[in-house]
Amino acid sequence: MIRNPKDLQRYTAHERANHWVVGICFILLGLSGLAFFHPAFFPLAQLFGGGVWARILHPFIGVLMTLSFLGMFFRFKSLNTMTPADKEWLARVGEMVNGDDHNMPEQGKYNGGQKAMFWVMAASVALLFVSGILLWRAYFNFPVDAVRLGAVVHAAVAAAMIGFIMVHVYAAIWVKGTIRAMWYGTVTRAWAKQHHRGWYRQMTGK
Amino acid sequence: MALQSLDIARRSATTTPPPGVRQTTEVAKLIDVSACIGCKACQVACMEWNDIRDEVGSCSGVYDNPVDLTAKSWTVMRYAEVEEKGKLEWLIRKDGCMHCADPGCLKACPAPGAIIQYANGIVDFHQENCIGCGYCVTGCPFNVPRISKEDNKAYKCSLCSDRVAVGQAPACAKVCPTGAIQFGSKEQMKDYADKRLVDLKSRGYDKAGLYDPQGVGGTHVMYVLHHADRPELYSGLPDNPSISPLVGLWKGFAKPLATVAMAAVALGSLFHYVTKGPNEVSKELEDELEKEDAK
Repeated sequence: MIRNPKDLQRYTAHERANHWVVGICFILLGLSGLAFFHPAFFPLAQLFGGGVWARILHPFIGVLMTLSFLGMFFRFKSLNTMTPADKEWLARVGEMVNGDDHNMPEQGKYNGGQKAMFWVMAASVALLFVSGILLWRAYFNFPVDAVRLGAVVHAAVAAAMIGFIMVHVYAAIWVKGTIRAMWYGTVTRAWAKQHHRGWYRQMTGK
Repeated sequence: MALQSLDIARRSATTTPPPGVRQTTEVAKLIDVSACIGCKACQVACMEWNDIRDEVGSCSGVYDNPVDLTAKSWTVMRYAEVEEKGKLEWLIRKDGCMHCADPGCLKACPAPGAIIQYANGIVDFHQENCIGCGYCVTGCPFNVPRISKEDNKAYKCSLCSDRVAVGQAPACAKVCPTGAIQFGSKEQMKDYADKRLVDLKSRGYDKAGLYDPQGVGGTHVMYVLHHADRPELYSGLPDNPSISPLVGLWKGFAKPLATVAMAAVALGSLFHYVTKGPNEVSKELEDELEKEDAK
């Protein structure tokens, strides 16, 4: 693809690198975590050198994801404040999913769905970190009832987060011209005008 | 392959049935607390037979030594001083794995084959398959499994499965000088307990009874207690133990359900793409911008 100098810069190199660190950690955590989630997934532990290695590595990768997610959280927090337009967008998300986005309310850099995803991810990472520490027996020893609760919370939040991330990734695949924003940071002006008109006007002054 | 005389009834993190054509007799160990003199021969026999030596601890001021179960001490005597009807009673309980019929450790374990329940009722840890996550600790209602700080594997009493496999009694039962530890079929042990209870009741222990808690489906280590109505007197033996409902929630129906939900999201996305098509940037917008550029 020839890059047009008139393309709009959506993400800086630092933002992209940060996102990829979180993303790689998430994939590794998902694969190793699922191995303990249900026997059907236990063979995934082989990707990490067996069950013991999966058990050893998973929490360290979790800490790395939490730290790198914190970086993303503070980078993007102020851009993800919910507005009444976002709520209207969310209320009408059915039209969008159905393939007709012409009547959707005008959106800034992020639409209501992306903002909701941001806050769901932030809450999930926080819950996974706290419950994960409760489960980290190699270094911590908490009362057994706290560990039991931690195990339920960790498994439930992780399963939900895997679902949300699948939606996140699919949305990027579905909306053509999006994934390049995470590869090299730019999007076309037409993409921006169609999906984030408020941001387009802000960037181009039109 | 497990020892042939010890057929497998259940295997951790395994969703298909184990080989089950042969039925074997359920065994049990009966610990008659009323006959125990607290000599600790069972602790010694346990470390001798299993060939493990715990670090020498320090005296905590009471007879309990080691003070708790460890990865290297699979059974410990717990000494409780209780006043009953104006008299001091020294209630000495040999603590260790109860070998539940419905083992919480096995239910919680995510590693296939790390915890095995034999058809004779013995629940055994196979450390070579253990990944060291400690979930067995959360599953156990008796606080028995211990994770070794040296190798991160879980350890507990095996009811001397290696001895039982060749027709021997567990080492602790073999060595007990007062006959407070009996071993045989579960039925035999219940009969033996009945006789002991008749004796205890005739001596004024009206509430004497057999501890075989049904909340975990019964156990393959049972106690004869003088105060069966208050098991907590015996260094906190749980009154009505059962697997924590949190473990049931975590390991029960929720996970297959969540697995189906995750698969549904993945498949739903695929079929959304296939049926609705991609969300492309509209041609009009692209043309409009091209015209602007041409100006």
